[in-house]
Amino acid sequence: MLRRIFGRPEKHKLYVRQLFQEIDTLGVNSVWIVIIISIFIGGIMTIQFAYSMSNPIYPSTLVGLGTRDVLILEFSSTMLALIMAGKIGSNITSEIGTMRVTEQIDSLEIMGVNSAGYLILPKIVAVVFIFPFLFIISVFFGLLGGLVTGPIAGVITIPEYLEGIRWLFYPYYVTFSIIKSLFFGFLVASVPAYFGYYVKGGALEVGKASTTAVVNTNILILFFDLILTRLLLT
Amino acid sequence: MIQVKNLYKSFDGSPVLKDITTRFEQGKTNLIIGRSGSGKTVLLKSILGLFDIDKGEVWYGDKNFIEISRKERKQMRREIGMVFQGGALFDSLTVEANVRFPLDMFTHQSSKEKQKRVDFCLEHVNIGKPAFKLAPSEISGGMQKRVAIARAIALNPKYLFCDEPNSGLDPETATVIDKLIQDLTKEFQMTTIINTHDMNSVVDIGESVLFISNGEVAWEGTNKEILDTDNQKLNDFIFANKLYAQMKEEQNKNK
Repeated sequence: MLRRIFGRPEKHKLYVRQLFQEIDTLGVNSVWIVIIISIFIGGIMTIQFAYSMSNPIYPSTLVGLGTRDVLILEFSSTMLALIMAGKIGSNITSEIGTMRVTEQIDSLEIMGVNSAGYLILPKIVAVVFIFPFLFIISVFFGLLGGLVTGPIAGVITIPEYLEGIRWLFYPYYVTFSIIKSLFFGFLVASVPAYFGYYVKGGALEVGKASTTAVVNTNILILFFDLILTRLLLT
Repeated sequence: MIQVKNLYKSFDGSPVLKDITTRFEQGKTNLIIGRSGSGKTVLLKSILGLFDIDKGEVWYGDKNFIEISRKERKQMRREIGMVFQGGALFDSLTVEANVRFPLDMFTHQSSKEKQKRVDFCLEHVNIGKPAFKLAPSEISGGMQKRVAIARAIALNPKYLFCDEPNSGLDPETATVIDKLIQDLTKEFQMTTIINTHDMNSVVDIGESVLFISNGEVAWEGTNKEILDTDNQKLNDFIFANKLYAQMKEEQNKNK
């Protein structure tokens, strides 16, 4: 199947048009949910870090540092990928699966179009392309969530928080997470596309395929998270 | 012309098509009829190459579709138009964009030329301009079928396949669709194969009829011969429809 997906497109112009549509549908439309989730998680983490480090022996800057590192290393890459597997992944499986059961894919094949390439390749490229941006947006708004929530909750001051998020910052953490998000982007698009493309039956089977696709994508994300962390961070 | 020679197809060891040999003439509406589960859709999809067959030959003109290379087969598909049972229009595209899709994919025509062709095809199937920008979900079942026909003829195909084009349509719309397919077949001199179990279609446009029973060719003839056949299996199929049973009765009385 991978050979067919990455096969030579019949017409590059149409694939590029499809790519921009997918970037809009799968990527741009996900920005709001990423912002909302990140603001809340950033705020929650700041309060929790402040609570667990309320002992005076810990410097208050640890709250900002902890929030920043958790966001960069795990939340904005892995956790966000798990959330996106639910949103984008189920969208991809149900869209392609419905096209399969309503014979739209057969229709493409009969026309002589490489259906796997035309339907799946733009989705993979779009999601791999958009994921690092979603990661950066998530980190930014997560930190902003902490900055707003911490002082309102009275657990940390703005200067302490800002000092914390700049303290012991390793730019490699960002590189590491961007590499992870590229891998996860590929998984979030390709695994659900596979399950949608090979679905058989009707609406019920499309629903089941969506669930199976999301579960499998989540397991693969966690597995690759472990492998990539071991390879790139230790 | 399409010729099928000694075609066999089975699924998981159980035979579905057995030794099918027939020919479908150019410029005629060739109908494949039979009960549900008799193997007519499998035959259609086997001819189209959507199913790999076990044995046999499928000739499109002078080319054996089974033996030609993948690349040649892909090329040949551009000469084939297909109307699916449910229309199979692309949900994400408008009516107009659905018809333009094969032109965008396989031609190097200018936008103006493509639009001219789209207008021509949609006008040929009696779709008015107001419907051009609508989504497939916003038009009726009959209109969806007509748009599917317009898309199928967009590339000027030599071969047109229709799988149950009348299913789910009222008798009046079904007649319109039948007539449309027949007219287009004559006008563009296509080899048209229609898969149906609608007896009205058989009587109206069945210039050549192939009756499949239990995966075998049980009868071949024309719509003019079909009511007078003494093939028992075919009679059981035709006269299950009370209207035709009545017609036959009256015909016998008049004799």
